[in-house]
Amino acid sequence: MREDGGGRTDVRLSREEIRRYGRHLILPEVGLEGQAKLKASSVLLVGAGGLGSPLALYLAAAGIGRLGIVDFDVVDESNLQRQVLHSTPYVGRPKLVSAKDRIHAINPHVDVELFSMRLDSGNALDVLRDFDVVADGTDNFPTRYLVNDACVLLHKPNVYGSIFRFEGQVSVFSAPGGPCYRCLYADPPPPGLVPSCAEGGVLGVLPGIVGTIQAAEAIKIILGIGEPLIGRLLLIDALTMKTRELRLRRNPSCRVCGDHPEITRLIDYEAFCGITPAAGDEGPDAVTVTDVKSRLDRGEDIFLLDVREPQEYGIANLGGHLIPLNDLPRRVHELDSSREIVVYCHSGVRSGQAVQFLKTLGFRKVKNLTGGIDAWAEEIDPAMARY
Amino acid sequence: MATRVLIPTPLRAYTEKKDALLLEGGTVGELLASLTAMYTPLRRHLYDDAGALRSFVNVYVNDEDIRYLQKEQTRVTDADTVSIIPSIAGGRS
Repeated sequence: MREDGGGRTDVRLSREEIRRYGRHLILPEVGLEGQAKLKASSVLLVGAGGLGSPLALYLAAAGIGRLGIVDFDVVDESNLQRQVLHSTPYVGRPKLVSAKDRIHAINPHVDVELFSMRLDSGNALDVLRDFDVVADGTDNFPTRYLVNDACVLLHKPNVYGSIFRFEGQVSVFSAPGGPCYRCLYADPPPPGLVPSCAEGGVLGVLPGIVGTIQAAEAIKIILGIGEPLIGRLLLIDALTMKTRELRLRRNPSCRVCGDHPEITRLIDYEAFCGITPAAGDEGPDAVTVTDVKSRLDRGEDIFLLDVREPQEYGIANLGGHLIPLNDLPRRVHELDSSREIVVYCHSGVRSGQAVQFLKTLGFRKVKNLTGGIDAWAEEIDPAMARY
Repeated sequence: MATRVLIPTPLRAYTEKKDALLLEGGTVGELLASLTAMYTPLRRHLYDDAGALRSFVNVYVNDEDIRYLQKEQTRVTDADTVSIIPSIAGGRS
């Protein structure tokens, strides 16, 4: 599959590998030839998290010859509910280290190539260029559009998966003749309008379901078998356990894969997604946890407004008045605009939106608690439960 | 005549947690107008300030994207299912 291999199938399997892959070899759709194709192939995983975990585990087990992984994160306890590539002893260590150890424990025949970096416009083409298939397991829009555009520019199939709460999406983009992610969604949502998993939560099993489907698609593409999800968007609802399929078409006026593409090189994806550095964390509307703590200790009159969900309030709270962000418009009468209001949420994103909303209603003395209750737990009250 | 409209998880916060609604309307545009009339805060999630459907929200009649049918003028019957499919962010973290 690689350029230097030119789709070669002269890769030989050792006796040990033949024994290992026996259940593949007796499948007529795979066989010795298909298994050799897998061994000659390479897949790049963007992200070693929820989706990257099952991708890495199953692609390694399946005998993909070379797995590349891009990640810059360390394993956190809150990852372990779904990121089954990592385990408790690895908490605090780089995900790449954990991933490599685990992959080699499963299959020592896999070459693992680690890219400890945040993928950006400057490095993406160089990283992706050397792989046959890209599997997108990212959690943010800038990286998703970056991976999409880079795959289109390099003509690499992009096995896409995305999850939220109980719902997942899977498709294969940038395959010959097929659509790309931009054909589906030309533009990203403005920051804050769509909640992330960190805010909205996700069923731990869901990335397992979606990521294993991505792994199956990557293997089918490499083997050239079956009907990959090209031009099809698979929707999975784990709550009803119903799946649906929607038809996707290549958009002839797509900015990157259309008939007259405007995007012929990678752009600034943070700017494209409307993200300005440290949005909401600085500026006149922000206040730090240490500042609020000392002012409360001095007995100053500060009204704390908690805009999280009730289940989050149950885990930990600062005794603030609870109005979930979505209820704020119809419950705003509960607030006294003459008092100083400090709004907090888990990490500062939702409270930032609440501050902007309240200001449009004429609230003058309203501030956003930078870093949210999580920063409070880290800096002020280490005994507080974190999530 | 009422057509079933499926509400995706991220937007259920605005529809009293309902995942599907039976709405009146002969076209997709009319259905979405009934929907946003019932749940006003949903409007800014579906439409931009100019009143156009947002580009990170796709609408399907059965399995077909309305952009490749007659857009919001696409006719619907009570046998059709309309899906609203916004982009979702999750994955890595």
